[in-house]
Amino acid sequence: MIAAHWVWLAVAFPLAGFLVNGALALRRKPAVQAVSIVGPGVLLAAFVVCAGIYLGLVAHPPHQAEVIRLWPWMHVSGLKVDLAFQVDQLSAVMLLVVTGVGSLIHLFSVGYMREDPGYARYFAYLNLFIVFMLVLVLGSNLPVLFIGWEGVGLCSYLLIGFWFTDKANADAGKKAFIMNRIGDFGVLIAMFLLWRELGTLDFAQIAAKAPGTLEAGGTIVTLITLFLFLGCTGKSAQIPLYTWLPDAMAGPTPVSALIHAATMVTAGVYLVARTNVLFAMAPISSAVVAGIGAVTALFAATIALRQYDIKKVLAYSTVSQLGYMFVGVGSAAYAAGVFHLVTHAFFKALLFLGAGSVIHAMHHAYHATHSHEDAQDMRNMGGLRRSMPVTFWLMTLATLAIAGIPPLSGFFSKDEILASAFARGAEMPIYYLFYACGVVAAFLTAFYMARLMAMTFLGESRVGAEESRHLHEAPWIMTGPLLVLGVLAVIGGVINLPTFVGGHHALETWLEPVTAAGAVFAKVELPHGSTEFLLVGGAILVGAVGLLLGYRATLARKVPAAKEAPEDTGMARVLNRKYYVDELYDAAVVRPTVWLSRVVLWKGVDQGAIDGAAVNGSARVSRGLGWVGSRLQTGQVGVYVVVFLVGALWILRAVIR
Amino acid sequence: MHEPIAPLLGPALGLSAILFSLGVAGVLLRRNAIVLFVCIELMLNAVNLTFVALAQLHGASGQVMVFFVMTVAAAEAAVGLAIILAIFRHKQSVDLQNINLLRG
Repeated sequence: MIAAHWVWLAVAFPLAGFLVNGALALRRKPAVQAVSIVGPGVLLAAFVVCAGIYLGLVAHPPHQAEVIRLWPWMHVSGLKVDLAFQVDQLSAVMLLVVTGVGSLIHLFSVGYMREDPGYARYFAYLNLFIVFMLVLVLGSNLPVLFIGWEGVGLCSYLLIGFWFTDKANADAGKKAFIMNRIGDFGVLIAMFLLWRELGTLDFAQIAAKAPGTLEAGGTIVTLITLFLFLGCTGKSAQIPLYTWLPDAMAGPTPVSALIHAATMVTAGVYLVARTNVLFAMAPISSAVVAGIGAVTALFAATIALRQYDIKKVLAYSTVSQLGYMFVGVGSAAYAAGVFHLVTHAFFKALLFLGAGSVIHAMHHAYHATHSHEDAQDMRNMGGLRRSMPVTFWLMTLATLAIAGIPPLSGFFSKDEILASAFARGAEMPIYYLFYACGVVAAFLTAFYMARLMAMTFLGESRVGAEESRHLHEAPWIMTGPLLVLGVLAVIGGVINLPTFVGGHHALETWLEPVTAAGAVFAKVELPHGSTEFLLVGGAILVGAVGLLLGYRATLARKVPAAKEAPEDTGMARVLNRKYYVDELYDAAVVRPTVWLSRVVLWKGVDQGAIDGAAVNGSARVSRGLGWVGSRLQTGQVGVYVVVFLVGALWILRAVIR
Repeated sequence: MHEPIAPLLGPALGLSAILFSLGVAGVLLRRNAIVLFVCIELMLNAVNLTFVALAQLHGASGQVMVFFVMTVAAAEAAVGLAIILAIFRHKQSVDLQNINLLRG
């Protein structure tokens, strides 16, 4: 109980780290040593604080959230918003994931970014991101959550465009920011509606008031939840706002692992779980959440099949896995969604960091030989297993985990989500369709992951003889965090073991105080007995067959190196170009907007109306009047006298009258 | 016939009006700066005559005003002549037709 009051320390440590690293970044001389200690150090300290809080919660599980009010923020006629943190079972889980995985990625970054000239700036941004992420998961009301929500968006923007001298990177950052703004608009509208309907923005009060005030299944609660979900589609990269996430791979790879796989992008899942009572009251919105999640999972998985950039494959994989999480929370299985969030954080961070380690090695090899090949293109890799055994084996574990092979973590979480969707199908048959999408996506997941592993690590080397001699395993500061994540990816499932392997859904039980409010309206009864074993067996089969087929299909033919590769044709080309969605958005939104801005707003309103009519127009009128007046000034004294006389006589006449 | 209160008032005012009109006409029609200047003096003195003539009716304040006008006129003559002299040095002419620097 007492421990929760120290939660502000968890935020203060990274904040101090941001200030110190930010100050060091402003110095001309790089302070590599100091940054290497401060950057990961503050995160480890925050992790220790969070672990302490978690242990405190385990010792005395509270029935309602512990709210720590730091200071009053907005008290305006009935609206009472405090800057307050909330410690409960859900935020404790998020705290551990954010600071735990965050610490490992910070450590990895020490090795990965050490030689970068922006080293201190990088760690300043990374620390700031953790600050905002913690504010997001700790906020006890929607406005405080929104501070974090916007803040992580800002840090995401800063880190995507970290190498901003390359225009493509800066553009990717802008794209992420703008797409997120569309979603943020939804969150704002949802807040306004909540305030109008309930008169409060506190999570605890929402959970208390909503069931009595709002009509379950009514229009208002459906609207609120749909607007909230619009925010989630932006932040968590779901259809239709997902296109920023693959582009976000322009940032450094540890950033992709931390922000664009493990933590920030799961904020949408967290938001749904946090406001579970609202979503449980709105079955239509829940179906939309699950539907969008299922379609996104399938859609992104197909795109990942034909990507060649190792990070792009993982990016689409992340979009797809986030879709799974939304299937979970959309099926009212909030614990299952959070479970997959946690396990995904483990294995996807591991995959990204592994990819980072590969890119690091490839980059160094190319650097040593002055080659300008693409260090991220899998067609340039192959056979890396021999030079990078540690990375290879750890990534293999993560691949098995994401493919859902028991007993690794991904198997349990994915299985629970699919089972929940299947169980919901008894009430709303459309969920059977979502379940089917999920199963097909699971197959594709296994397939593209096997393809990634086969292209990168197996088969014959396409690296080149000279370059191959420079390939080497990453230093221990990078492989160390990989090892820890590997262990977590393998055993992560134990936090929520299902009954059929002798577990008792520990995470679900742990989260019960949080999900209790929503459970009144919607609760998932997982299938039991033969149905359960059929589902589980099917899932394992799908994963195993997918892996095998992906492996066989990739190694069946010789993979041509990137510069010799022929153009993809037919469906492969469509998939490689991501269904031309970017082009579609460009034609439907970007170009009309640019046209409107350029032709109507710039040329028309700005140059025409404001500059032409208003500014230059008034100047022209004054000049015209001045010209008329100047005609009176002839310089001839006689004329002045005549005018003067006429005026004097006129006044005289008026006076005498 | 009773004694008039202000003898010769009518003729005095008439003469003043004639003088003033002459001055105005001169200012309007002549171009030579010196002549113009003289015409202005003429107008001032026409007004002085009016003051003096009407002082018979209204007491000494009119006569006092005349002294002020004469003082100001003297000062004006000094400044004005100096300006004309400067203009002549500059342009070798005192024809006002040529002096139109203030034309808009």
